[in-house]
Amino acid sequence: MELLKIEHIEKYYGSRSSLTKAIDDISLTVNKGEFTAIMGASGSGKTTLLNVISTIDRVTAGRITLENTDITTLKGKELNKFRRSKLGFIFQDFNLLDTLTAYENIALALSIKKESAAQIEKRIKEVAQQLEITDVLNKYPYQMSGGQKQRVASARAIVTSPRLVLADEPTGALDSKSSKLLLERFNYLNKECGATILMVTHDSFTASYASRVIFIKDGKVFNEISKGDNTRKQFFDRIIDVVTLLGGDLSDAL
Amino acid sequence: MLFKLTLRNIRQSLRDYAIYFFTLIIGVSIFYLFNAIETQTSYLHVTNDTREMIKRLNQILAGTSVFVAVVLGLLIVYASRFLMKRRNREFALYLTLGMGKGGISLLLLVETIVIGIGSLAVGLLIGVGLSQLTSAYVSSLFEADMSTYEFVISGGAIVKTLIYFGIMYLVVMIFNTVMIGRRKLIDLMNAGKRSEKLRAANPAVCAVMFAISAAALALAYYFVGWRTKVLEPKHIIIFIIIGCASTYFLFRSVSGMLLRVFMSSKKLYFKGLNSFTFRQLSSKVGTMVFSLTLICLMLFVTICALCGAFTIRNSMNENLEKCCPADYQLGLSCAFYDEKNDSVYYNKIDVEKLLGDAGIDTDEYFEKYCVVTVYADEKYDTREYFGEYSSQLPEASDMMMGVEMGGVIENTMTLSDFNALMRVFGLPEESLADDEYIELANVNTDIAQRNIPLENGHEITVFGKKLRPKYKECVERTIQLSNVPVNYGVTVIPDGAADPEKAREYYLTAKYNTSDKDRKLEYDNDLLSDEIYNKLWAAIEEHDNGMGIASKQFLNITKMELAQANIGTKALATFLGLYIGVVFLITSGAILALRSLSDCADSLSRYDMLRKIGADERDITGSLFIQTILFFAFPLILALIHSVFGMKFAFYFLRQLGTTSMLPSTLMTGGIVLLIFGGYFVITYITSRLMIRNER
Repeated sequence: MELLKIEHIEKYYGSRSSLTKAIDDISLTVNKGEFTAIMGASGSGKTTLLNVISTIDRVTAGRITLENTDITTLKGKELNKFRRSKLGFIFQDFNLLDTLTAYENIALALSIKKESAAQIEKRIKEVAQQLEITDVLNKYPYQMSGGQKQRVASARAIVTSPRLVLADEPTGALDSKSSKLLLERFNYLNKECGATILMVTHDSFTASYASRVIFIKDGKVFNEISKGDNTRKQFFDRIIDVVTLLGGDLSDAL
Repeated sequence: MLFKLTLRNIRQSLRDYAIYFFTLIIGVSIFYLFNAIETQTSYLHVTNDTREMIKRLNQILAGTSVFVAVVLGLLIVYASRFLMKRRNREFALYLTLGMGKGGISLLLLVETIVIGIGSLAVGLLIGVGLSQLTSAYVSSLFEADMSTYEFVISGGAIVKTLIYFGIMYLVVMIFNTVMIGRRKLIDLMNAGKRSEKLRAANPAVCAVMFAISAAALALAYYFVGWRTKVLEPKHIIIFIIIGCASTYFLFRSVSGMLLRVFMSSKKLYFKGLNSFTFRQLSSKVGTMVFSLTLICLMLFVTICALCGAFTIRNSMNENLEKCCPADYQLGLSCAFYDEKNDSVYYNKIDVEKLLGDAGIDTDEYFEKYCVVTVYADEKYDTREYFGEYSSQLPEASDMMMGVEMGGVIENTMTLSDFNALMRVFGLPEESLADDEYIELANVNTDIAQRNIPLENGHEITVFGKKLRPKYKECVERTIQLSNVPVNYGVTVIPDGAADPEKAREYYLTAKYNTSDKDRKLEYDNDLLSDEIYNKLWAAIEEHDNGMGIASKQFLNITKMELAQANIGTKALATFLGLYIGVVFLITSGAILALRSLSDCADSLSRYDMLRKIGADERDITGSLFIQTILFFAFPLILALIHSVFGMKFAFYFLRQLGTTSMLPSTLMTGGIVLLIFGGYFVITYITSRLMIRNER
């Protein structure tokens, strides 16, 4: 079932005289329950793509539909409502509030949706178990490791049961061990909890955990591969092949 | 190049500097305003007595200016250091680019000079403008002629302001240079990355601390508010120290417990952005307990100073109208010593004739006048007046002590004398049955005490006659002209009851036959001249039958003179109250505003994050509003509680001035606090809202 449908979107920066096409006619669909990775070098437009999907930025042309809602036409309050009820965000630098404990950080996502305190407690217990962070719930961000922080941020993103979880370089600030742990959790969320995840990364290892990888170069879709029945290792090798083909910057980011 | 960089820096950080600059401007203009009073008053046409008073007033204001300069100086040093800290990263950048520490010091020097010159210029301009508005108030306060308006610029005040603020800015420069010189590059670079470590306060310790300081405060409140009479000056100092210390510990314990209190209600804490709001607030409060204490105490002093000053001014105005319903009074009471019998006797004096002999033609001056006699019956004293009700008198009151020491002789006057006096005063007359009396008094404490036997219909014996009270309470009248209530009790008895031999005091009271102010002043000069005084005195001495005067009470006063005597106190109270009050208000407002704004700047990324996870803009500004208003309200609330008891203490003394209601002064004080402190709040809130919105 189609969840997200992107049709011929374009995003231009700058003035008429010096135009930068960050996104140059991209179309793609994400189905419900999919774990999709978008790969590309720095400046390829992948972060811009994520920003327009997450309504943080606006497209210059084209349509983005999530569950039959055209999100490019949303404004002001509707936009905020859409963001907090339909989307979940995971950022490279975690974006946790350093003044709040892990529990409170997660709770914030629910409380701005005006959920009751009892409901909040129940939900947090659930997601804490799923992401294995129950023992750090009462710690402050500065008392946690990077991996723990990112899992707390992930818990915050999925605690509202969003239609779509958007992750922007989630492993960017993590060491390889923490990355692996986090991605395994992503897989768990995707397989066991049915979360739809759209992840932007330039790291092939990270991308290999997804079920589908879309490659972007110079604002255009360059290639797309699906995991199918491959093992993660095989999928990783196939990704490397495409990355080699892509050349340029991305090749040194294996 | 350096100058260009400086200007650009100031323009760049205008947001941070706006409040600082704003405060400097207010500080400069207030400083000028109060120092310009000296020049303003020198233009007024006033009597010599008033001139003398103005001179004293200006000396006191000049002394206060030194204190004010110290307070403002500390504020400026605090604010500039605070703003400097925010720019550590900027300085680190200059250092890594190869600028020397000397260069940065020079940069800051130029910055301070630019800001200093700017604030002095604008502040003085505003000060000069404001002083034109206030000059009307000043001259009305001194009851001077306002027919000729003059544009006054006080050169002296300008020079003084320049010197005082020049010194303050110099101190700031030295501070900045020393601070930059001592910091290492690595510290400057890492200055922005402070990790948010909340002091883990032990809740039990906080609770105990809270209980102890609240109890200490309650004790101080009780003694200051209810046991005022038994307090000695050294006790008062102890209670002030207790008050300050418990204020500090109260803030410390509350800041430690605040969050826990909020967290105890999950419904409240996990509602909307509340958890974020409370955390922000508690970290802000937790890191500035000392400043909050200082602000709270300053607000307390401000409220009491303003409220007290306005009360003094209002009651003095009221008092003059109430206690001085006529224009002129000559009062005499002459006790002569009879050596043969070793006793004091009072000689009958014809006051009217006395005045005529001195050369005053009553028809020439007075529209109406009368002479009343006050009698004294040795057997009718306070013991007789209170009878068995003396036991109900407040402990340790003057009245109680008088009764215990054997009674104080009471004053009496006849009904027809009383009515004659009331006709001069223009007040309603009274009537009495043969066995009735009326008690007069206008001092609040005495009225309350004297009402006790009246309520119970207590009968008294005066000159051998049994009388019962006509009314259940005192009639609030005076017989002596004055500017404060002085009637501690006079009994009005039926005409036939008084023994003429017991006449003790005489009062000639008159109303002038003109209402023109200048004519009245001429009359005053005639009636109060040294010549008349000497003649009156000589005439009195003739009555002594060669036996010498044992004691004399000689009263020769006019309403205008009484009003003049009020002016000095009124002006001093008003100016001092306003001066200190306004300076303290801007100081506390500025500290809170600076802290709020810098916290907001540090939290911009947090607000951005809230937006990313889909928080409504309305909820975000709501959170900011709650944070700002609670931060400002926190010290204000405690200051208000302090003030309630502080004013109760002050009221004890003001009551003797005849103060009955503090409502008008409370309202005026509230208005000024709201205007300045509220103004800082509004500016802070609007600026921080702009900051978080621009970030989008």
